[in-house]
Amino acid sequence: MMTKWTVAAGLAALALSPVAGAEPSDREVQEIMKRDFRPKGQAKMDRLEQDAVQRTCTATHDKPPAGLAKKLEADQLKTIVYPSGGLMGNWKEGGKIAWSGQGMQWNEDPKKPAGGGCYNCHEISPARTSAGTIGPSLTAFGKKRGNGPDMQKYVYGKIYNAKAYNLCSNMPRFGTTGSLTEQQIKDLTAYLLDASSPVNQ
Amino acid sequence: MRAITCGAVLAFAVAPAFAQSQFEKYQKMTAEGSPVELFELVGEDLWKKPQGPNNVSLEKCDLGKGPGVLKGAHAALPRYFKDVDQVMDTESRLLHCMMTLQGRSREEALKRPFGNADKPSEMEYLSAYVAGHSRGFKLSPGSAHPKEKESFELGKKLFYVRTGLWDFSCASCHGEEGKRIRMSELPVLSEPKATGPLIATWPAYRVSNSTFKTMQWRINNCFRQMRTPEPVFGSETVNAVNMFLTTTAKGATYRGPGTKR
Repeated sequence: MMTKWTVAAGLAALALSPVAGAEPSDREVQEIMKRDFRPKGQAKMDRLEQDAVQRTCTATHDKPPAGLAKKLEADQLKTIVYPSGGLMGNWKEGGKIAWSGQGMQWNEDPKKPAGGGCYNCHEISPARTSAGTIGPSLTAFGKKRGNGPDMQKYVYGKIYNAKAYNLCSNMPRFGTTGSLTEQQIKDLTAYLLDASSPVNQ
Repeated sequence: MRAITCGAVLAFAVAPAFAQSQFEKYQKMTAEGSPVELFELVGEDLWKKPQGPNNVSLEKCDLGKGPGVLKGAHAALPRYFKDVDQVMDTESRLLHCMMTLQGRSREEALKRPFGNADKPSEMEYLSAYVAGHSRGFKLSPGSAHPKEKESFELGKKLFYVRTGLWDFSCASCHGEEGKRIRMSELPVLSEPKATGPLIATWPAYRVSNSTFKTMQWRINNCFRQMRTPEPVFGSETVNAVNMFLTTTAKGATYRGPGTKR
């Protein structure tokens, strides 16, 4: 998944990190973290290994230089695996996934399917207001933007790997990290785009 | 909890000012009926109870103001301790005293650092008792020793580290004004006006857990939700995050242990 270029870009980002007085370098911070964490349940130590995206966004406080961001976004785009058939799943199932905050934590059963936790950050459906505002509102998403093949491809891709579209986005890479399955991402795509979904009422 | 600004209320698409005022009412009610005092009382018993292979109490524990001095100790932590050549916060120091004074092993003393509603932990009771002696004291974490500066700088850097399976940093949720996770407003933890009132009330009784919670737990629980492995209790990493937050909150008057959502 990582090209030579991403590695080089990551190293370049590391060099951007300011060095002053008692401030540890990004590399030192990583070493301290690896020493101070322990694997627990499904959360193993490999989760602390920063890739080029995490390194770049750390070093630049989420404001990467435009050129570097473009390059790394292009690399992230290549991680997205589109299913062979259609991209629209079952919006009813998608609704359940969007409103579940479970999954991938050290105290949870890894055999149980994860939720997307979408509601933590996004307003999604006017029927349910217990939603966060870290991300943009998604109400009437399909109604406003249409639900043609290009939009389906974008939504599926954005959920699969948000960093392909906005390098230091706060949104997790649900497909790339194996947090959500292909079917779950299709169901979420339908939840946002299907004309009968409550999102679009 | 930080009072919400008018600007933030206007920025909310769905959360009406009404709902926000209900939250504030709820917070006020829970604070009035808080069982914090009970935790302080049990903590006092545990502080004075001889325990461990040495069968001694913690009454001679030096929390930074001299052996056994509780007054204002919590408000002056985290700080550097020469005997261990490290920066420690209240809980790390309590753990240190359990090991050195009482002769307990780290494993035994940390068997159950975080309790639950049915059975709170020894550390939770003790931290309530210790923190209660700092009411009215201004938060003044150590800042003169090079290791204290180092701890602050490390904490500041940790705040922005994108990590874990889901790429979060502390700043992902606590970096921007006027944001909510679900219906809970998120404090901008790099800003004194948000951090002051928060650190001034930890440790705290947490209504959503129906029990008393500590700062070590609070930071641990953030990492759990960030989908990282688990940070070690009292480690340099956790203490540095606490040092960064407490230094940001410096000068606020301690009025805890508090009551939280």
